[in-house]
This record gives sequence, C-alpha cells and structure tokens, in this order.
Amino acid sequence: MTAQSLPQAPLTTPALSVRDLHAWYGHSHILHGISFDVAPGEVVALLGRNGSGRTTTLRAIMNLVGRREGSILVAGRETAKLQPHRISRLGIGYCPEERGIFASLSCEENLLLPPRIRDEAMRDDEIYALFPNLLRRRDAPGTKLSGGEQQMLAIARILRTGARTLLLDEISEGLAPVIVDALFDLILKLRELGFTILLVEQNLHFTAPLADRFIVIERGKVALEVEARDLEASTAAIDRLLGV
Amino acid sequence: MTILGLPIQVLLGQLTIGLINGSFYALLSLGLAIIFGLLNVINFAHGAFFMLGALAAWLALTVGAVNYWWALALAPLATGLFGIIVERLLLRRLQGLDHLYSLLFTFGLALAIEGTVRDIYGTSGLAYPVPAALRGPVDLGFMRLPAYRIWVVAVALVVCFGTWALIEKTRIGSYLRAGTENARLVQALGINVPLLVTLTYGFGVALAGLAGVLAAPIYQVQPQMGSSMLIIIFAVVVIGGLGSTMGTILTGLTLGVIEGLAKVFYPQASSTVVFMIMVVVLLLRPAGLFGKEA
Repeated sequence: MTAQSLPQAPLTTPALSVRDLHAWYGHSHILHGISFDVAPGEVVALLGRNGSGRTTTLRAIMNLVGRREGSILVAGRETAKLQPHRISRLGIGYCPEERGIFASLSCEENLLLPPRIRDEAMRDDEIYALFPNLLRRRDAPGTKLSGGEQQMLAIARILRTGARTLLLDEISEGLAPVIVDALFDLILKLRELGFTILLVEQNLHFTAPLADRFIVIERGKVALEVEARDLEASTAAIDRLLGV
Repeated sequence: MTILGLPIQVLLGQLTIGLINGSFYALLSLGLAIIFGLLNVINFAHGAFFMLGALAAWLALTVGAVNYWWALALAPLATGLFGIIVERLLLRRLQGLDHLYSLLFTFGLALAIEGTVRDIYGTSGLAYPVPAALRGPVDLGFMRLPAYRIWVVAVALVVCFGTWALIEKTRIGSYLRAGTENARLVQALGINVPLLVTLTYGFGVALAGLAGVLAAPIYQVQPQMGSSMLIIIFAVVVIGGLGSTMGTILTGLTLGVIEGLAKVFYPQASSTVVFMIMVVVLLLRPAGLFGKEA
C-alpha cells in the first residue's frame, strides 16, 4: 500500500460526520445507530435494498424525519438541533428521490428558488452552460419537463447555491440509458471539481466507477464499508446484502 | 329598456351591488386560500380579523382622531401584526398536528375575539362615517351610485391583482407557491420557511383587516360582521378551488355578482344561491373550478 492511496481522513475535518444516528417516522424506528464519515472531496455511495434506510439517512441529515437522535457534524459543526434551512446553509445541497420539482414554478423559478449561500457559487451562465436544456426550457412549467430534465434541474438548482456537499438520492432511477450516461458524466465532472458527494443508489454498476467508498445499509445499520480498491474482492458480500 | 322584463337600471344596480359584495369575498377568500395553501390551517378566525380591521379603523378615528386614509394603511398593518403574534405564540404550536387542532383553535380564537369586542362595545354597532371626499353619488350614466362603493370595488381590485402579481411574478411569490406544494423541501433547499409561514399568515390577516376598513363605512362595526360573512367566504374558496390565485379572485367577484342577480330574479334564493352552486361544483369538480386535482 502506497502513501498516496491512504485515506486523507486523519488531518482534515470530515465534510460530514454521522455518529450513532437514529431516526423515526411516527412510531417506526428506521435508523438504528448509523455512523460514517465523508471526507472533503470524497464520493461515497450508500447502497442497500429498498427500505433499508438509505433515503432516511439523507432525510435525517437534512432533519426532514419525524424525530432523530445522534450527532451529525457538517464541516465540524453540530447540526442536531438545527432546522433544515440552517443545515442547507452550511453548504449542503439535497436532491430528493422524487426530485422535488415544483409544478407551479417555471423551470427557471425552480432553478432560482434556493438562495445562494456562497459568493463563489456557480454563476447562472455557468449553470446554463453545464445544463443547456434548462436554458431552452426556462419558461416551461416544472412538471412539463421530461424526467431527465427534471433530474438535471434538481441537481442544477443545488449547484447554483454554492453547496459543496451534495446529497443525491437515486438520481439514475427510472431514466433512459442516455440520460443515465449524462448523469454519470456529470457526477464524474463534479467529482473532478472537488465536490463532496453522498450518493444513494441501488444500481452498483452506476456507482462502482464513481465512488471512493461504498457503505451498505441493512435494517437501519451500516452492514459493510468497502473502499473502492477493495470493491472487486467484496462484490460477493455486497451482492448478498443487496439481494441480487 | 328592459331585459327579461326588468328595467336595465335595476339589473345594473344589483350587478354593481353584487360586485361590491364580490370585492369583499375576493379579498377575504384570497387571504384564506393563501393561508390554507402554505399553513394547512383552516382559518376560522378570518371573520374576526375582518371585524378587527373595521374596529381598528373606528378606534383610530374615535380615540386617536386618525382619519380614514391613514386607517386604510394602519389598520391592516395592526391587524396583520396581531395575526403575526397569534401565529408565533399560539398557532405555531399546533404545527404537525391534525388539521382539526388548528381549526378548533382558530374557531375558539374567533369566539374569544368577538366575545371580547361584544363585551366592551356591545352588539348595536358602531357607526363609521364615509370619508368626506367619497361622500355623495357618482353618476355612471345608467345609474347613480355612492362614490364610496365605487372606491371599495376599485381598491379591492387593485389589491387583489397586486396580490396576484406578488404571488405569481416575484421571487417571494415563488417561495410561497413552492411552499404550498412541499414546505419541508423548500426549507431543505435553504429557505426560512418558519419566517415565510409567519409573514404569510400576517399578510392573509392583513388582507382581512383591509377588507374590514373598507367595510366599516358600509356596514356598521359590530362583533358579528365577520362571522356572518365567513361562511360564504368558505364556500367561495371551495367553489374556486385551491391552487389558483386568479381563480380565487374571480370566483369571489363572480359569486358576489350572481348573488346580486339572484336578488333581482328570485330573491328567496339570494341567501342560498352560493351554496347551491357549491353543491353543483362539488358534484362535478370536487377540487373546485380552478383547483388542481390531487
């Protein structure tokens, strides 16, 4: 093992540090003590079956669940008691599974909805250069956009805020292969630009070449954590947990 | 000239009176719809806030010698501020609970406000004079109408369409529209939704307060003036459906006019025509005329 391949964790503050996270919806206890770190610039994939608690993990980080316990540090800052908009303003961009494009807003209104949180955020023309379709469709109502356009819009609007840590939930789900390829290239580009990304995915083929690390969630707990370089050796274990 | 056996003057006269009632319906149902959209609160106190607006104008004039024109700005502001305090201190605690709790709370609040006002000022009604500049009739050619009533329609139309523009054409309006669809997500995208909720409630209440000031010289200021109106306002919101600002405004105006016409053609039905329309609309389009089907 060379020094270069060592994780950079010890000296830098993690972009995101989750400790013993529990979450409830009403009376159902969904997360049972999840802990993991994401280093700045790292791409981490959360894998798991449907209902294992991956989406809930992202929602709990944003404080969108009924109740949560445990500690979530964003760039070293405790967010346990913060409301969602305060957490977002610490530099977290959240893209929900259902994409969350607002029907009563135009494409451009959707894009401009989240406030800018940093001055160095991408300018509108840079966003439109990255997503030319959104410029063409700027006046269309949000839900008249195709599924792929909606997904691009959901990512574009959090990039525009200047968020450096992105929580992306099932972005490739239900989209045509050509769109999935475009999303793949987009994540690759964001990774090169140094974004920290926590990716919830079901599709290991999509995430395998993208992520630095894979965390498998099972029944609301971390069942397995695998570095990218060990992925091949662990494929059997992951497949077993994913039930494929 | 006659239409359907009636002199056109009579017809136009009732149409105009209907339009005045419709102006109040539009102003009140607009606030009610905005509040329900974002807060999911069925604001039963809306009629009480309408009355408070009228009372604030009366108090300003009687106690503070503040004239109508100042009251037109200050009374809605004071009513809205009162709404903001109610939301921050009380209504907020019911967030996340069943609709029924906020409904019962606002219903109780309305009773408390009306009871207090009745206790202090009685039920006989406090007269508010029409401002000097708007006294006397205006000749519209086909009929003479009190200038004040034309003023009411004009102000209501300007404020309604101003509100429409605010909601549909501005950044803050896009927050409100998005929040009406999914407030939690809007908050996760970095917008201070609790503040938006407070301001929206305050704004809706201020609209009711403004309607109250406009109404003060027409009706007398009395504790029940709002609650009798409120039932029709709810019917307007149900008929118009939620999800369209313009739809709510137009429904309010139209129902006022229809009510006015009913008074001419079949007076017995004038107090029930709105509810009969509501029944038909609910049967044919459960989400309302302009509502988005869920």
